[in-house]
Amino acid sequence: MASLLFCGPKLAACGLVLSIWGVIMLAMLGIFFTTHSAVLIEDVPFTEEDFKGEALQNIYKLYNQVGYNCFIAAVLYVGIGFLSFCQVRLNKRKEYLVH
Amino acid sequence: MSSLFRSEEMCLVQLFFQTESAHNCISELGHLGLVQFKDLNPGVAAFQRRFVKEVKKCEEMERILRYLEKEMVKSNIVIAATKEKEMVPCARDVLELESTFEKLEQELREINRNHAALRQNLIELMDIDSLFIAGVIKQERFPAFEKVLWRLFHGNFVLRHTEMQATEELQARGAVKKDVFIIFVQGDHVREKIRKVCEGFRASLYSCPKTLYERKQMSNSVMTQMEDLRMILRRTEEYRAGVLTRAAEHVQEWGSKVKKMKAIYYTLNLCNIDITQKLIVAEIWCPVSDLTLVQSALIKGSEQSGSSVTPVLNRIQTQQTPPTFNRTNTFTEGFQAIIDAYGVGTYLEINPAPYTIVTFPFLFAVMFGDCGHGLVMTLFAVWVISQAESLRKWKNELTDVVIGGRYIILLMGMFSIYTGLIYNDCFSKSFNIFGSSWCVRPMFHPHGPWQYVFNFFFLINVHTAPHISVWNIASNKLSFLNSFKMKMSVILGVSHMLFGVALSLVNFVHFRKFQDIFLQFVPQLIFMLSLFGYLIFLILYKWCITLRSETAPSILLLFINMMLFDYQSEHVLLYRGQVWIHIFLVLTAVLMVPVLLLVKPFLIYRTRMKTRHQVGEQNHFICFLLQVSMGDIFVYQAIHTIEFCLGCISNTTSYLRLWALSLAHAELSEVLWRMVLQVGLKISSGMGSLMLVVLFAAFAVLTVTVLLIMEGLSAFLHALRLHWVEFQNKFYEGSGYKFTPLSFDSLLKTQQ
Repeated sequence: MASLLFCGPKLAACGLVLSIWGVIMLAMLGIFFTTHSAVLIEDVPFTEEDFKGEALQNIYKLYNQVGYNCFIAAVLYVGIGFLSFCQVRLNKRKEYLVH
Repeated sequence: MSSLFRSEEMCLVQLFFQTESAHNCISELGHLGLVQFKDLNPGVAAFQRRFVKEVKKCEEMERILRYLEKEMVKSNIVIAATKEKEMVPCARDVLELESTFEKLEQELREINRNHAALRQNLIELMDIDSLFIAGVIKQERFPAFEKVLWRLFHGNFVLRHTEMQATEELQARGAVKKDVFIIFVQGDHVREKIRKVCEGFRASLYSCPKTLYERKQMSNSVMTQMEDLRMILRRTEEYRAGVLTRAAEHVQEWGSKVKKMKAIYYTLNLCNIDITQKLIVAEIWCPVSDLTLVQSALIKGSEQSGSSVTPVLNRIQTQQTPPTFNRTNTFTEGFQAIIDAYGVGTYLEINPAPYTIVTFPFLFAVMFGDCGHGLVMTLFAVWVISQAESLRKWKNELTDVVIGGRYIILLMGMFSIYTGLIYNDCFSKSFNIFGSSWCVRPMFHPHGPWQYVFNFFFLINVHTAPHISVWNIASNKLSFLNSFKMKMSVILGVSHMLFGVALSLVNFVHFRKFQDIFLQFVPQLIFMLSLFGYLIFLILYKWCITLRSETAPSILLLFINMMLFDYQSEHVLLYRGQVWIHIFLVLTAVLMVPVLLLVKPFLIYRTRMKTRHQVGEQNHFICFLLQVSMGDIFVYQAIHTIEFCLGCISNTTSYLRLWALSLAHAELSEVLWRMVLQVGLKISSGMGSLMLVVLFAAFAVLTVTVLLIMEGLSAFLHALRLHWVEFQNKFYEGSGYKFTPLSFDSLLKTQQ
């Protein structure tokens, strides 16, 4: 069981904080992308061909794609957060044993 | 009345108490933490003071305690923390404590010595335990040893050597690498020479028994000896652990007792003891409102010591300046500390701290305005506030600074969220909360200039959604933002400085310097209002009216022309009659300068002439010597006038740093988003999410280090400078000294 611990207490705590921030921020970004917010237009990878034909639907599709990417990244951060949380608990247990 | 607006009124009190009750009384005052003892023997050197021996004894005890604590840490014994308030021991208990400490120290030192000697014996026995060796020498010395033997015997010897197996025990006790060697030489007479050489190289020689049986016997005896030694070592360690554990229960309590005693003796050194040796006289500064508390503490102390005479308090009048005492609580402590860092306020001067609680975080937030960063900062501050006690145990200087300023950081974060909403900036993206009031249609109106619509709608929305979200993706965003932020900085700066000038009025009223109100406050106010107040008026007026943007006059040019009296017909004016108003304002301001410069010294000169006539010729010489010369007064007034007038201009410009830093912050934030996070967002394939995970981590780390820590420190520093220099030089003198009471709580906290 000891080999499951691969980072110290500080790194695990940082990872936990980062994951919580990542989940919240990426989830909100995902929501804003899927609701086609105008302010995020510069973050959407559109090209000149998207403006031919059904311009609005193309842009909306791209918005949705980026939004889904954000959601997947948020889920990955949930996983990283869970991992960090386990590391934090293992570190606390190890500290307990020494004393 | 005690409040944060002004420092407390202090009084000088003489205390008389009996020598027997001195300890208890001073310890009660120390627990109270409200009196500052004045040094009644200022000319006496430290080693000539009356209680210098006792202070040295306390320091010796502290040294022993530190040694004990070090030993405990080395043996991993936990030091128990005590929480009860212990009574300070009197002189008899001091002796008892002292003897306990000395006994403990001696015991411990003896144990350590024996331990070391036993260990040495064990190592030597272990050397012998390896069979068939003749001697042991340190590995690094071996080559030299060989060379010497070679020269001595001209090669008529056989020398074999190998490295000794360093056993675990040897390594743990820190032994050096050693080699074993065996020499075979002919002849017995050379044994002496070899012995001398080995002595020179500090190699240990062991006699090699000649038969196998003798060798076996020798190894057996060595083994038993080693076993005995190991057992003795174990017992010694157990005994040592027992002694230390028993001491560990009390060491904290002893430590605080010794610190308190040392403080009491130090305080007694400051007092006077009269001829009969029965009375101690002390002079203390204490707040007037706390006199009853001090009295009750003294009565309690004298009762504890069993003396029949209660101590006497005698309040005396004095010409000396009392120390400045600002009563603070945990929240206001941090703000008072940053004011005191520049200069402790003069006695009874107005305290800038209560205004700083609001203006400092606000000016910080103007430079930092970003909701997202503000939110992170607020959350961090909330965490530090909740964990303040446990974080204090880290005893790192940096964490102490952060803990001391935790409420400041909290307020800075909350104000930053507010200004972030005003600037409409959250991690460099904006919100669309109230709907945009920008419409495209008027842009294509053939004749109507669209600025009309802009200005009108902007004014309506200035209260609801000050920055329209669409500005964020406009390409001329910066030219609008720059103009807006610069004007806002000037408005904020001039208001801040006018507030500072108004505070000087309060000071004049309190110190009853009514003459100064008319000679200093009123001219300063008129000067500032007529020039810079009018500038603010121009800014606000230009925002409110509608203009064609191609022909709108620049406020800066208007202002410069006003000062230079440069009025030409092709200059565009903002309103009718502007020329006359400008001339009037400039003349008023220029007129105030000689008022500031000349009137006050002239009045002082006139009063001196009058008193000189009245006093007569005899005392004229003495008076002349005692007074400050007229030349000095003129120079002082001239410096003050120039500083104020030129300072007005330079300080107003200095407030433009509010614009500069907020621009830098917004740009850094946008660059971070564009170069780090946007790269991940723009990848539309499946790998985009993985890249996003990595890039978001980089974005978060860079946000915290560059934008929060670096920019935060920078904005903090600039906001602090604006307070210290531009705001406080309008009214603050800051030439007092801080009230440092005898307080056991702060003593134990700082020395832990």
